[in-house]
Amino acid sequence: MSELETAPVPRRNMELLLLLLALAVAMGAYYLVGINSDDGLSQEFISQGLILVGLALVFHIVLRIWAKYADPVILPVTVALNGIGLAMIHRIDLAKTDDTAFRQIMWTGVAMVVAMIVLWTIRDHRVLRRFTYIALAASVLLLLLPLIKGLGVEINGARIWVRFFGLSFQPGELAKITLAIFFAGYLSSNRELILLAGRKVGPLQLPRSRDLGPMIVAWLVSIGVLVVQRDLGSSILFFGLFMVMIYVATARVSWIVIGTLMLVGGGTFAYLTMSHVTRRIDGWLNAFDPDIYHAIGGSRQIVEGLFGLANGGLMGTGLGNGSPYMVPLANSDMIVASLGEELGLIGISAIVLLYLILISRGMRAALGSRDTFGKLLATGFSFTLGLQCFVVIGGVTRLIPLTGLTTPFMAAGGSSLLSNWIIVALLLLISHNSRRPMVSGVSATAEVATKAPRRSPGLLAPRKGAQR
Amino acid sequence: MNDLVFTVLRLGFLILLWLLVLSIVGALRRDLAIGSKARVGAPTAREIRKDPSLAPPPEVPAKQQAKTLAILEGPLTGLEHQLTASPILLGRAQEATIVLEDDYASGRHARLFPQGTRWFIEDLGSTNGTFLGEAQLTRAQPVELGQKIRIGKTVMELRP
Repeated sequence: MSELETAPVPRRNMELLLLLLALAVAMGAYYLVGINSDDGLSQEFISQGLILVGLALVFHIVLRIWAKYADPVILPVTVALNGIGLAMIHRIDLAKTDDTAFRQIMWTGVAMVVAMIVLWTIRDHRVLRRFTYIALAASVLLLLLPLIKGLGVEINGARIWVRFFGLSFQPGELAKITLAIFFAGYLSSNRELILLAGRKVGPLQLPRSRDLGPMIVAWLVSIGVLVVQRDLGSSILFFGLFMVMIYVATARVSWIVIGTLMLVGGGTFAYLTMSHVTRRIDGWLNAFDPDIYHAIGGSRQIVEGLFGLANGGLMGTGLGNGSPYMVPLANSDMIVASLGEELGLIGISAIVLLYLILISRGMRAALGSRDTFGKLLATGFSFTLGLQCFVVIGGVTRLIPLTGLTTPFMAAGGSSLLSNWIIVALLLLISHNSRRPMVSGVSATAEVATKAPRRSPGLLAPRKGAQR
Repeated sequence: MNDLVFTVLRLGFLILLWLLVLSIVGALRRDLAIGSKARVGAPTAREIRKDPSLAPPPEVPAKQQAKTLAILEGPLTGLEHQLTASPILLGRAQEATIVLEDDYASGRHARLFPQGTRWFIEDLGSTNGTFLGEAQLTRAQPVELGQKIRIGKTVMELRP
C-alpha cells in the first residue's frame, strides 16, 4: 500500500482561521433565513448560533490539546456543512411551524461532545484493533436491535428505528463504524494470507473459503438483516464498504469483478421479488409518468425535488425565498434539493466541493498512516462518507434510484449526525498519528525515504540546519 | 426588506461560500506540494552542485534477471521452480507454492516476491527464522542471484 509523508507541523492556527470563516458561512446562512422570514430575525438566531460557535471553538481547543498534528481542514469543513444544514432545517421549520432545528442543534451538541470524548479516550486509533471481534458482535447486535418487539418501530416502511424514552434512534448508523473497525482489523491481520493462499482460476486468484469465512458471515448478516428491515440504502452502503476495504487491502481486481457480479445478481433479484425496490426503480426510470407520479410511494418526491432544483437555476432563489417545503421530507432525505433550490447550481457545487475536500482529506490521512489498520480504517470511513453523498445526491438528481440514506452532517436526524461526527473524530485521530513526528522505530519505508533529498526537517528528529 | 439589499446579500452569501472553499484549497496547496516533492525524490542539478553526495550513483549495467529458484540442500534437493510474476509462499502448509518437507520449517515460513526487477524475501513470523547468507532476516530484503537462502535444512538460490 502507498505511503506519503509530510513534515510535522501542527497548523492549528490555520485551522482556527478556516474555522472562523466556516462559522461566518453558517451564521450568514442563519442570518439570511432570519431576515427573509415573516417574523424577522428571531431569538433562535442568537441562541442556536452561539451554541454552534461555542461548540466549534471548544472542539478546536480539544484538538490543540490532544491531537495537535491533526489535519487542519477536516473540522472547518464539517462545521460549515453542519451549520448550513442547520440553517436549512430552521428555514423549513419556519415554513411548517416545527421545531426540528432545535432537536438538530441538540443532537449536534451531543454528537460533538461524543466526538471530543472519542478523541480524549482513544488517542491512538491502533487501540481499536484489539476490539476487532467485539466490533463484529456489536455490529450484529446493533443491526438486530430494531427487530426486537417493543423496542423497534417501523417508520416509512423501514424497520430500522429503536425508540426509548420518547427518543428514536437508528442503530444501523453506528453499525457502519463498528463494521469498518471489524473489516479493518480483520483484513490488516489476514491480508497476507488472503493474498498468498488460494487457487488460481484463469487470471483471477481466488482466496480460500476459510480465510474469508468471517468476512462472508459479516456481509451476509448485514445484508440479510437489511433485506428483512427493508432498508435499501444501508445495504448498498455496507456492501460498498465491504468491497472497497477488501480491494484496498489486497489490490486484486478480482474482488471488483466478483463484487460487481454479486451486485448485478442481487439487484436483479431484488427488483423482481421486492415490491419496494421495484417501486424505487420504476420511479427512477419513468419519473414523469402520471401514473407513477400519483401512485403511493411513487415518484412525486423526486419530481418535486427536480422542479425545486429547476426553480433555483444558476444563482438560486436565495435562502428563505424559495419554496423547498413543498417537497416531502424536505429537511432530511431531500435537503440537497432544498439547498439546490435556494442556493442554485453555484451554491450546491460549493457544497459538493466541501464534501469532496472532506473525503479527500480522509483518503490523505489513509495514505499518510503508518500502519495497515489505520490505512484501512481511514479508507473505509472516507469511502462511507463519499458513498453516502453519491447515493443521496445521485438519487435526488435522478442519476440513480433514490434510496433512503442521509446526507452526512446536513440532513435532520440525530443518529446520522452522531455517527458521522464519530467518524470525523477518528479521521482526525488517524491524521494526527500519521503527521506526528515519529518518536522511535524506523519503518521499513523510512530507509527508502532517507535516500531522497530532504528539503524539509527530517521525520526522525527535528534537527535544525544539520541537513546540508 | 428591500429587493436590492436582498439580492446583494444573496449573492454575497454565495461569494462567502466560495471564499471558504477557495481558502481551504489554498491552505491545502502547501500540503499537496510537499506530497509531490516527496514522491519525485530525484535531486535537481542545482541541488547536486550544492551537495555532491546527492548525485545519483552511476548507472549499473542491467543485471540478469532471476528465472528459477533452485534447491541446493535438504529433502527437496535438485528441485527447480520456474519464477513468474507472482509471489511465492514457502512453508510446510499444503497451500504453499513450494511445500517444504522440512521438520524445521513453519507452516507459512517465508514469502519470496518480485518488486521491479528484483526479488525480495520476507519472513512470515516463522519459528526457526529465515537466513539470507549468514544473517537472519528481520524484514523484507532483496535477494541477489546466487545468494543462499536457508530455511531449516533447506538451502536455495535464485538462478538466471
